[in-house]
Amino acid sequence: MARIDLVDLAHTYLAQATSAADYAVKPMTRAWRHGGAYALLGPSGCGKTTLLNIISGLIVPSRGRVQFDGRDVTALPTERRNIAQVFQFPVIYDTLSVYENLAFPLRNRGTDRRTIDARVREIAQLLDLSGALDHRARGLTADVKQKVSLGRGLVRSDVAAILFDEPLTVIDPHLKLQLRAMLKQLHRQLDLTMIYVTHDQTEALTFADEVVVMYEGEVVQAGTPEELFERPAHTFVGWFIGSPGMNLLPCRIDGTAAVVGGHRIGLGRRYAALPADRRIELGVRPEYTILAGLNGGLPVRVRRVDDLGRVRIAKVELAGHPVAAIVPDGLAIDGEEVAIALDSNRLHVYADGHLVAPAEA
Amino acid sequence: MDKQTNQRGWLLVLPVVVIVAFSAILPLMTVVNYSVQDTFGNNQFFWNGVGWFSELLDPRSELGARFLEALWRNLLFSAIVLAIEIPLGVLVALAMPRQGWTVAFCLVVMALPLLIPWNVVGTIWQIFARSDIGLLGAAVNALGFDYNYTRDSFAAWATVVVMDVWHWTSLVALLAYAGLKAIPEPFYQAARIDGASRWAVFRTIQLPKMQRVLIIAVLLRFMDSFMIYTEPFVVTGGGPGNSTTFLSIDLVKLALGQFDLGKAAAMSIVYNLIILALCWVFWTVMTKDSGARGVR
Repeated sequence: MARIDLVDLAHTYLAQATSAADYAVKPMTRAWRHGGAYALLGPSGCGKTTLLNIISGLIVPSRGRVQFDGRDVTALPTERRNIAQVFQFPVIYDTLSVYENLAFPLRNRGTDRRTIDARVREIAQLLDLSGALDHRARGLTADVKQKVSLGRGLVRSDVAAILFDEPLTVIDPHLKLQLRAMLKQLHRQLDLTMIYVTHDQTEALTFADEVVVMYEGEVVQAGTPEELFERPAHTFVGWFIGSPGMNLLPCRIDGTAAVVGGHRIGLGRRYAALPADRRIELGVRPEYTILAGLNGGLPVRVRRVDDLGRVRIAKVELAGHPVAAIVPDGLAIDGEEVAIALDSNRLHVYADGHLVAPAEA
Repeated sequence: MDKQTNQRGWLLVLPVVVIVAFSAILPLMTVVNYSVQDTFGNNQFFWNGVGWFSELLDPRSELGARFLEALWRNLLFSAIVLAIEIPLGVLVALAMPRQGWTVAFCLVVMALPLLIPWNVVGTIWQIFARSDIGLLGAAVNALGFDYNYTRDSFAAWATVVVMDVWHWTSLVALLAYAGLKAIPEPFYQAARIDGASRWAVFRTIQLPKMQRVLIIAVLLRFMDSFMIYTEPFVVTGGGPGNSTTFLSIDLVKLALGQFDLGKAAAMSIVYNLIILALCWVFWTVMTKDSGARGVR
């Protein structure tokens, strides 16, 4: 029972916000469905942690409301919201044992001893901590500490949403994978809303049903990993998701074609005329930019070829603009002069960074 | 495998060896030298073996009884001072602001007593607590209490203890404050989410995180109070009677008052060993459950 609504929410750390740039989180209205697994993805300083802290109640937003199931909780202190949070660095109570750490939130809420014991053992079982219950929390490794701090959220039966703030930052790579799998499994097992803040696209894409991409205090796109990959709503999403990111070429739109430095590229769709004072870009993922022989399409100049093992990526230049392209298996690159073929169904047009819908199909 | 040896390293250590030898080892050896001999005027020395030591450690002898009294007095003083200053310092640190211009203000005010030389502190309190012209002494008397630190040994003790608390609680507070400031914000945020009370936050987060600096504070305050000399010397001169004659005051009386250099040297050595032993005990007990003996 926790649908989370952010209604016309914004936050600034300044006393008085005068321009849009003063907001750490720009005005937004957004709903988080009960039981969803969300990832909040974005570069450092984009406001994702601020947004998380607003939801958990550690920060009171400068304006707007936070609602849990329609109930306004904006003014409620964090301990009165049915929410738990796991931080970037494991927060554990050093001098207490693992058992006491897990029991801590319940003790503070005056739960009776027998319920606490049952609950702690149940959660320890779930997190594979049963063997460590008597250990002093101080000597544990980072991954176990992080499990303990997650466990402190899970023991509370009233918790309906768990917020993660880059929880795997200090975990060894091979353990990251295990913990991520465990989180995913927990999400399926327990009926919980999970919001996972990260700047790592792999973490976000593997964890979440819906990835919310933030950029400069704004949600630029929210969608499934596939949507983010195939139809980035913003050039930032195109660039941030995928490796290498989307190719962006400054262009001019002329009906059903984009003109890049004298080359006409067919879009297969008609676009309305776009005002000249906006920055128009053509976006295409390297995966849909295929290097071909000389007579295959747009003539480009090869700068470098990176062999990533699974695939070869060529860094080429099209009319002076850098472009990354896939080199098909078996294609030998002979000399600098080659051509690229673009998949016309996968071309997107952006104006000032935002996706432009075609005028007709 | 051939292990490379390079003897030049010893050359680099040499300056330290020389400095330590001149500043610590040679003076200490001089004291050892005095402690096993009896001296007379015009530099005549007679071998006395462990005579002074056995006299000092025998409570039935005059010297032994005197030493034991001063030792108990000093231990009591250190215990009282620690029992007041450590909790008080922690309380002050907890009450200090965490941000804003008041932080700098508080830090400067807290540092003031620490910047005043010992004998000046003594002189300030010597006058401040006088029952005839001192602001504090006269005020207490005006309130109807009979307070005179030159006549009453309880008043003398109270004066010396309050003076030490005034002088040194700041140190504990500053150390504790540094410890508190080092606690990352998420600990407090997690505690809020866990619904922890103010007391639970103190018990489970602040106190454990301050443990390291508090060990240092206890050690510093113990060592300082156990060798206290100047302030009580200036205020009470060890009196009335011998009631505030702490070990170091007694030692100076013995060495420079009576010029019993042999006895005084023996006493210095035993005094020194007691401090070392007590510090070791403190350290061992206080770092017992922090795993790697305080290294982390």
